[in-house]
Amino acid sequence: MKQLQSTMAGTVFTVNVKEGEEVTVGQTVMVLESMKMEIPVEAEVAGKVATINSQVGDFVNEGDVLVTFE
Amino acid sequence: MYAKGATRVTENTTYNEQLEEKLEKIFAGGQPKYHEKMKEQNKLFVRDRLALLFDEGSYLEDGRFANCEANDLPADGVVTAMGKVNGQTVCVMANDSTVKAGSWGSRTVEKIIRIQEIAEKNRVPMLYLVDSAGARITDQLDMFPNRRGAGKIFHNQVRLSGFIPQICLLFGPSAAGGAYIPAFCDIVIMVEGNASMYLGSPRMAEKVIGEKVSLEEMGGARMHCSISGCGDVLVTSEEDAISEARRYLAYFPANFTEKPKVIETIASKEGRSLEAIIPENQNAPFDMYEAIDQLIDEGSFFDVKKLFAPEIITGLARIEGQPVGIIANQPKAKGGVLFVDSADKATKFINLCDAFSIPLLFLADVPGFMIGTKVERAGIIRHGAKLIMAMSSATVPKISVIVRKAYGAGLYAMAGPAFEPDVCIALPTAQIAVMGPEAAVNAVYSNKIEAIEDPKERIKFVQEKHHEYKEEINIYKLASEMIIDEIVKPSDLRSVLADRYRAYSTKDIPQPPRKHPVYPV
Repeated sequence: MKQLQSTMAGTVFTVNVKEGEEVTVGQTVMVLESMKMEIPVEAEVAGKVATINSQVGDFVNEGDVLVTFE
Repeated sequence: MYAKGATRVTENTTYNEQLEEKLEKIFAGGQPKYHEKMKEQNKLFVRDRLALLFDEGSYLEDGRFANCEANDLPADGVVTAMGKVNGQTVCVMANDSTVKAGSWGSRTVEKIIRIQEIAEKNRVPMLYLVDSAGARITDQLDMFPNRRGAGKIFHNQVRLSGFIPQICLLFGPSAAGGAYIPAFCDIVIMVEGNASMYLGSPRMAEKVIGEKVSLEEMGGARMHCSISGCGDVLVTSEEDAISEARRYLAYFPANFTEKPKVIETIASKEGRSLEAIIPENQNAPFDMYEAIDQLIDEGSFFDVKKLFAPEIITGLARIEGQPVGIIANQPKAKGGVLFVDSADKATKFINLCDAFSIPLLFLADVPGFMIGTKVERAGIIRHGAKLIMAMSSATVPKISVIVRKAYGAGLYAMAGPAFEPDVCIALPTAQIAVMGPEAAVNAVYSNKIEAIEDPKERIKFVQEKHHEYKEEINIYKLASEMIIDEIVKPSDLRSVLADRYRAYSTKDIPQPPRKHPVYPV
């Protein structure tokens, strides 16, 4: 299963996809807020979203899995 | 200008025939089956690589007959040559992987050492075209531990570092000790799918530590160019690797005593203006590459470590024909925050440019260095110190442009006013502060904010304080205090930079009398 990990520590600002949605490479899947900046998290692979592991307001650390793909 | 394998014709044909026969064997390289294998891997024969690299494909070769008595080791598996690239003489060592997988015997090593010595004496760049399985174990006593053994190659690389440009083109494996050749070069260009670097092969890793892993995961080109940072430029073919190396060399002088060439101006790329590219909201991301395009001559950007630590951009470019090394925060990646890897990337790039008199341009839009346990445990303080030391010690013309925000030590890392940039320019959108307004108001008034019970009053108070803070860090106030030297309209920035670099072209700062600083990392 492919995973999308957080590249840095921060708080989930928006979740831009739904479970079951097809995403393309480079699509913004989530936006984190960190260091007072909005950090778009882009899909590195194309695929169908299986699970969304973090919700708006959650703290995520670097390396945490944000989204998994089927 | 150089003749390819010229032989003198005399009446004595027997001698000549013997020589020609020997040469034919040498030029043929290893056995046909190994040539076939190379073709399958989309690899070029070493002499075809050299023909592509050098102007008109011609070169002067030394040690051609090395180990010719052995019969099956043409040139002892390495071609060492001198030739021209863009009209500039360079020295080259190029492994021949059709000969015992490009492994190093005693003569292989001696040839490499000699071509390095030639590069040093003639003060010309040294290129390493690597495709080698590593040491020839059967020859180890003659090539590994001795005074002119493989260690000497690395010792020479260190001596030559910053004296002449050293470039590595990685076409195949660079294993174990051999992996230090790319490590000591200024830049490493890797061919995806074929190039690899590792100290221990996957087979060895499985035997010694029990790890099961593929060669790609262990030391593939993409891994090194995006994760380890050992590779700088990822290409898809050997032809691309060679043309990138030729393009890279055009930014450099032959050695540290010379200055890089200034060429004719090319207009910048047509596109949106900087005013349109840079959002007013300090927290919103934008693509710094698009901004760079508006400042540089079209098509002149040479991206170094594009895939590694993308939150900072490092690349060579030209502004009105003058070469510059650009260090720019990328708000689109990780908010442009500085991490351990970003500090690493920028440090090496600054050292590279400073060594060869390439002026520096810092484009700052940086919220600061990353905080949190992950980065503290990774030593972000000493890595940040390393970056600040490199930037601070650089004596080439150094211009700092505050594009948007420069907060905290981010201002220091991006050649802020205290680090003697030749000029610190702000765009009207610039904000310089210890931290951003939200963080600052929180830090100073958090108790007071919490004590206000009426939510409306609380918001009003916070907004007032934001406003006060923004006034305090107003860019005209900083200019009035002469903290920044100049405020420039974004649309004028390109020509201002070009004029400034021309003005600073005679800059010369003597080095302080000491041996060397004590590097923080």
